[in-house]
Amino acid sequence: MNRIVIVDYGAGNVGSIQNMGRKAGGDLVISGDPDQIARADKLILPGVGAFDVGMGNLRSRGLEAPLNAAVIDRGVPILGICLGAQLLTRRSEEGTSAGLGWIAADTLRFRFAPQDGRPARTVPHMGWNFIEPTRPDRLLENLPPEPRYYFVHTYHLACDDDRDVLTWTEYGIRFASSVQRANIWGMQFHPEKSHKFGFALLNNFIHRA
Amino acid sequence: MFRSRAIPCLLLKGDGLVKTVWFKDPKYVGDPINAVKLFNDLEVDELMLLDIKATPEGREPDFAKLRDIVSEAFMPVSYGGGVRSVDHARRLCQVGIEKVVVTTAAVDDPGLLSALARELGSQSVVVGMDVKHDWLRRPRVFKHCGLKNTGLDPVEHARNAERLGAGELLVNSIDRDGTQGGYDLELIEQVTRAVNIPVIACGGAGSVADLAKATQAGASAAAAGSLFVFRGPHRAVLINYPSPAELQAAFQPVAGRR
Repeated sequence: MNRIVIVDYGAGNVGSIQNMGRKAGGDLVISGDPDQIARADKLILPGVGAFDVGMGNLRSRGLEAPLNAAVIDRGVPILGICLGAQLLTRRSEEGTSAGLGWIAADTLRFRFAPQDGRPARTVPHMGWNFIEPTRPDRLLENLPPEPRYYFVHTYHLACDDDRDVLTWTEYGIRFASSVQRANIWGMQFHPEKSHKFGFALLNNFIHRA
Repeated sequence: MFRSRAIPCLLLKGDGLVKTVWFKDPKYVGDPINAVKLFNDLEVDELMLLDIKATPEGREPDFAKLRDIVSEAFMPVSYGGGVRSVDHARRLCQVGIEKVVVTTAAVDDPGLLSALARELGSQSVVVGMDVKHDWLRRPRVFKHCGLKNTGLDPVEHARNAERLGAGELLVNSIDRDGTQGGYDLELIEQVTRAVNIPVIACGGAGSVADLAKATQAGASAAAAGSLFVFRGPHRAVLINYPSPAELQAAFQPVAGRR
């Protein structure tokens, strides 16, 4: 019971999520098996890399239907991380593939105009940044003071409805650094690479979601 | 608020961790698993591991050893040394390393950069540039851990790397390595003006103030070896790292950039 499946679709640092999840006392398995994903109690959708490669891998491995069965039909909690959060949206400017479309949002590229002959901000947004919660949430409970998170991304989520935004972050613009709707959470940053601050979030997902 | 990163840069040689001066005379500084554990407890921004013998010995990365080293590294980790294929990079990701540093192969096989960017996304592709001034005092890119002069100009090489898919550059000054006399700020300034991707400065940091100077010169991150593994004039081994408050104070945002 409470078996958490880290979806293995060949795009992501599944190992580091499992390392931290185990430290939190979770029962986490890495699996790309459609049956195991359809039957999971909770899901983590990791991801590093390009949008079309990620969606292509999910589809070619026959994982879209079992994910839909678990998340939409059974209401299983899912946490998308980085590219995994972007895949929850309808589409990305990075490619042409349709996303999972569970969150009413698109994934857009950071664009910064030059200033004094240099771009105002480097892209990707790479490094530690803060999050500003829009509301209380089970995953945001008991975070250590001044929580900071590690980001590395060129594209960001843009929600149709601000009510789907769970946290904002500033990087040249204010963007949705995490989103939540019903049983679906998405985080642009990497909790598994964010020391005790990320540990608190993953721990909450494992024990409270 | 977003701030620049301070990155301990650790050199692997055999089973140990070493520190060099001018890329030479590796001195043993400890056990990598233990050191990474200490840096994890210190909540470092990021960690860089470079296997300085992989390419000169024609070896691939030691995946099993790296798995042990990073299993409790709850911060981003980059790895360089012997990375020559997409398969190497994929296996590093599975081990728990999210960024690969490509140095020699970026010169010998530029097509690899595009292939890596396609497969992993450019944010996971770091091009390493080991730079030394030649006898005409021109900065030149070296490969094979500083052993071979490629004749390439660092600014040109940086532009090409960005065009081919690099998401970040590691600019390592061989002349300053291990000296703790400050970064090659002119080099950092020149490279960061030429590209739009983040640049990690490395080589020469002797103080937290030096880290700040690198970011004022345009670097997005400042890496250091000696500064974070030695203490005192006799270079006694002591793993250390500035507190969040020290870093926040040092990395005051500069003129609206980063």
